[in-house]
Amino acid sequence: MAHDAPAAALPPLKQVVADFASDKQSFQVPWGKAMMWIFLLSDTFIFTCFLTAYMNVRMSTMEAWPNPSQVFALHLFGRDIPMILIAIMTFVLITSSGTMALAVNYGYRRDRKRTVLFLSATAALGAMFVGMQAFEWTKLIMEGVRPWENPWGAPQFGSAFFMITGFHGCHVTAGVIYLLVTAKRVASGFYDRKGSYETVEVAGLYWHFVDLVWVFIFAFFYLW
Amino acid sequence: MNQAAQATEGHQQHPLTVYLWIWLLLFVLSAFSYMVDYFHLQGMLRWTLILIFMALKAGLIVAIFMHMAWERLALKLAILLPPLCLLVLIGFMAIEGDYTFITRGSAFIR
Repeated sequence: MAHDAPAAALPPLKQVVADFASDKQSFQVPWGKAMMWIFLLSDTFIFTCFLTAYMNVRMSTMEAWPNPSQVFALHLFGRDIPMILIAIMTFVLITSSGTMALAVNYGYRRDRKRTVLFLSATAALGAMFVGMQAFEWTKLIMEGVRPWENPWGAPQFGSAFFMITGFHGCHVTAGVIYLLVTAKRVASGFYDRKGSYETVEVAGLYWHFVDLVWVFIFAFFYLW
Repeated sequence: MNQAAQATEGHQQHPLTVYLWIWLLLFVLSAFSYMVDYFHLQGMLRWTLILIFMALKAGLIVAIFMHMAWERLALKLAILLPPLCLLVLIGFMAIEGDYTFITRGSAFIR
C-alpha cells in the first residue's frame, strides 16, 4: 500500500499514532478480520460476566460448593476416574484447534483438498465435543442437578454450570455450522474465484476463540 | 484481491512446524492442568498452577493460533487492552461477594 509505506518503517508506538491519527483505515487487515476481532472482544466481555457472576455466587454462598472433581468423575474400568470426561473434552477441543490452524495454513497455500479435509475434521471434532457435553448434561440432570438445586451442596452450582457450559456449547454448535459452510465454499472454489482465503482465517479466529474460552472455563469452573 | 488482503496473505503464512509445536505444547499444558486435579493438589499451590497453565495456554492460542503475535500494534492494543477493564469488574464483584457472605453469616448464623 503506497500511503502505508512510511508508517510501516516507524517504531511501534509512533506507528499506532500514525495508524489512528490520519483520515484513513486504522487496521491494516481485511475488514472481515477486524470485525471478527471486535465481535470476539464483545464475546470476551459476555463470558467474563458469566464467570464473574459464578465467582460472586461461589464466594457468597453459605453452603459448601460441590467438588467438581467428584461431580464430573466417571466410573470406568471398575473405578471412579476424576474429571475424565472433561479432560477428554479438553483434548478434543485442543485437537480441533490444531486441525483448524492447519486448515488456515493450507488455505493460504491454496491447497483446496487439504483445507476442506482439515475444516471438516475440525467440525467433526467440534460436533464430538458437543455430543460429550450433551452426555454430561444428561448424566447430571439424571443425578438431580437443576439450576436451583443439586444433591451435593450450594444450589448455585447448577445455575452456574448450565449457564456457562450451555452458552459455550451454543458457541461450539454455531462454530460447527460456520465451519461446514466455509468448508463447502472452499470445496466449490468460491475463495479461488474471490482470490482470497482470508475468510478461512476469520473462521479460524472464531474457532480458536471457542477453544480459548474453554481454557478459562476448564480452569475456573472445573479445576478450581 | 484487495491490497490489504494481499498484505495479510503474505504475512500470515507461517511454517507448519510452528503450529505443530504449539499444538504439542497445548497438549502437554492441558495434561499438566489435568494432573493438578488428578493428584489432588490443594490450596495456593493448586490455584497458582491452574492459573499459570491457563495463562500459558491462552497466550499461545491468542499469539500463535490467532496470529496476534504477527499483527500490527494498533490491532493488538485495540483488542487486548479493553479486556483489562474487566479486572475492575472482577475486583468489585469479589469485594461484593465477600460482603454478601459476611452479611449472610451475621444474619443467619447466631
